[in-house]
Amino acid sequence: MTDKLDGLLGFHAEALKLRARRQELLAANLANGDTPHYKAVDFKFADALRAATGAQATGAPAPTDALARTRPGHIASPARMANGTETLYRTPVQPSVDGNTVDMDVERAQFADNAVRYEAALQFLNHHIKTLLAASSQG
Amino acid sequence: MSMIKVFDVAGSAVSSQSQRLNVVASNLANADSVAGPDGQPYKARHVVFATQQTGDPAAAGVRVTGIVTDQTPGRRTFDPKHPMADGEGYVTTSNVNVVEEMVNMISASRSYQTSVEVMNTAKTLLLKTLTLGS
Repeated sequence: MTDKLDGLLGFHAEALKLRARRQELLAANLANGDTPHYKAVDFKFADALRAATGAQATGAPAPTDALARTRPGHIASPARMANGTETLYRTPVQPSVDGNTVDMDVERAQFADNAVRYEAALQFLNHHIKTLLAASSQG
Repeated sequence: MSMIKVFDVAGSAVSSQSQRLNVVASNLANADSVAGPDGQPYKARHVVFATQQTGDPAAAGVRVTGIVTDQTPGRRTFDPKHPMADGEGYVTTSNVNVVEEMVNMISASRSYQTSVEVMNTAKTLLLKTLTLGS
């Protein structure tokens, strides 16, 4: 029974976790908008969700742009999340003189977008829970 | 509930920006000061921001590492009747650049607003998460 529950709720739960994580990173970017030499970070949500749920989307190729370390001297990527997804540095559109790569417009747009998607994931979860409750309270 | 960390990060930004605003206020208030308690004209101050690690390598806050004083020489105006005038009749006032400080103030207040908005969004999302399933 519990594995069926996991199957039903697991996907959205994972999505919710990753959305929360991304919200954190974007908040850090916004907080450091005035810090010299700060580099804005983000991760690829689709890849992270695929890695977290173990689902191979149909037709979508596996991520191949992750840095491979083929020799012991190679430097590892800066930060890896718990499920192995890399946090990446954002490519600046308009680089600033102090080395800061936070573009306030981009970050704020992404922040708002991510917040809406977080709420969407919550709604999906809520809907599933309501359906389950309705099913278990009948008869 | 990992999003609780958003409050730490945005909170650090708010406190850093408010410190910056404080320094700007001090600079603007002393823009026309002739002499401080030590007899020297007021020197403009600037905050230095640096990334603050919070244990998580990616989600970093911000903190003020120090306040530096601007070492450019103060403005000199010719006013021989002024009590603080030197032997040549010049009065040295602070080296505060008022235009620069106003720009600094606007930038700080915008960043402050952004951080407050971030916290508000995080609060809304967390409250909605708390009512999940009801």
